[in-house]
Amino acid sequence: MGWIRKDLLGLEELSQEELELILSTAESFKEVSSREIKKVPALRGKTVVNLFYEPSTRTRVSFEVAAKRLSADVINIATETSSVKKGETLIDTGRNIEALKADIIVMRHNFSGAAVMLARHVNLSVVNAGDGWHEHPTQALLDIFTLKEKLGKLEGLNVSIVGDIAHSRVARSNIWGLTKLGVKVTVCAPKMLIPVAIEKMGVAVTSDIDEALRNADAVNVLRMQFERDGETAFPKQLEYFKEFGITQERLKKAKKDIIVMHPGPINRGIEMSSDVADGANSVILEQVTNGIAVRMAVLFLVAQANEKIKNNEDFN
Amino acid sequence: MKEKAKILDKDAIARIATRISHEIVEKNKGVENLCLIGIRNRGVYLAQRLAKCIKNIEGADIPTGALDITLYRDDLALASGQPLVRKTEIDFDINGKNLILVDDVLYTGRTVRAALDALIDFGRPKSISLAVLIDRGHRELPIRADYAGKNIPTSKDEAVEVRLQETEGVDEVVIVEKN
Repeated sequence: MGWIRKDLLGLEELSQEELELILSTAESFKEVSSREIKKVPALRGKTVVNLFYEPSTRTRVSFEVAAKRLSADVINIATETSSVKKGETLIDTGRNIEALKADIIVMRHNFSGAAVMLARHVNLSVVNAGDGWHEHPTQALLDIFTLKEKLGKLEGLNVSIVGDIAHSRVARSNIWGLTKLGVKVTVCAPKMLIPVAIEKMGVAVTSDIDEALRNADAVNVLRMQFERDGETAFPKQLEYFKEFGITQERLKKAKKDIIVMHPGPINRGIEMSSDVADGANSVILEQVTNGIAVRMAVLFLVAQANEKIKNNEDFN
Repeated sequence: MKEKAKILDKDAIARIATRISHEIVEKNKGVENLCLIGIRNRGVYLAQRLAKCIKNIEGADIPTGALDITLYRDDLALASGQPLVRKTEIDFDINGKNLILVDDVLYTGRTVRAALDALIDFGRPKSISLAVLIDRGHRELPIRADYAGKNIPTSKDEAVEVRLQETEGVDEVVIVEKN
């Protein structure tokens, strides 16, 4: 089975086979970054546009590194300094990028569904780099890739996702991907941060961090965005850390080899203590390295599929 | 796909591996600096067989690697079917080495062109030669085999299928008619 989608918009619509294809392709791409010359010519002559409506450094840089290791040319557009400020619509922006003969748009947007809408209106490939509270597929893919690399398999694992589930596209993409691959997922958060009816996505729910850790093979700790709360943030941070923060003390009650993941940037002393972030169970920096391989695989697969789609159109 | 003729059987393939191994050792004047690189997928198994034969002849282990050329192809979309990207595994330094590139069938030469580009990204070998089980002609690039198991004149409407124990459970080469 091959990859036939011109876009990667989310993990919800992907089949188990498609998820596995991305993961195995990423495995091959990982070797490229270990070479002395960290570059292959697979996307030579292709142009990748990073279109970011929300500030992001790590995701944008990761996509940029991935595209460059595939020999693509990369243009970064930060919307604060672009015509979006003058009132240009998303679709107009997309069509203008298409008129420049770019091949792939990697987009981060604050509205859920923005990537889906853009993909419908342009013929070039769209890769969702995070849309509102909806999905962040490549982050989940790199989390899943890291899990598989560390534990050798996915089927039957127990993974807990801790943090602001309600507002997290990372959580949603992880849940879609993990459950399709046979992983048992538990979400853990203060009650107000657990969305209504989340059990319908096939996950267990708890607000007890020790319970979430007890049988887990891995815990994925989400970033808490207290900075948005201004002055009231500090007491809330202390309280959150006390109730939900991952500490060595808490890990002692979990499986010895439990894997600790975090999409970054970490708030040390809020989501987890420093000794956990830097400890033996943490794979946080490996996630960053794996992110490049996963994004290389995604860029390559959508470019290849879109090339085929265009060729077939010419024949018809 | 209709099978037209069986060109090689298990014994014939084994004899070719032995002969090419002797040729490689003779031309290289021994096994010093010699490395084998198999092109995925079947070239890898053929390279391993050559390494085994050379060990029987010279008693030395030859470093053997696997090369995936998908990312170096010149036909991202034209490829029949969708080639899966597989791993490149070359865990030795190729600088200054005499490399033998191994593949099952030499046809247009485009795979070899891609393999040469890929190898150059890994270093600067002293030399690169090419060993193939089947040379079926119809070259589109100025590339030739240094070691060829068998030359088979074919038409472009035919396909040469190499089946190996490791991949198909049987050692044989057959010519089949396309469609």
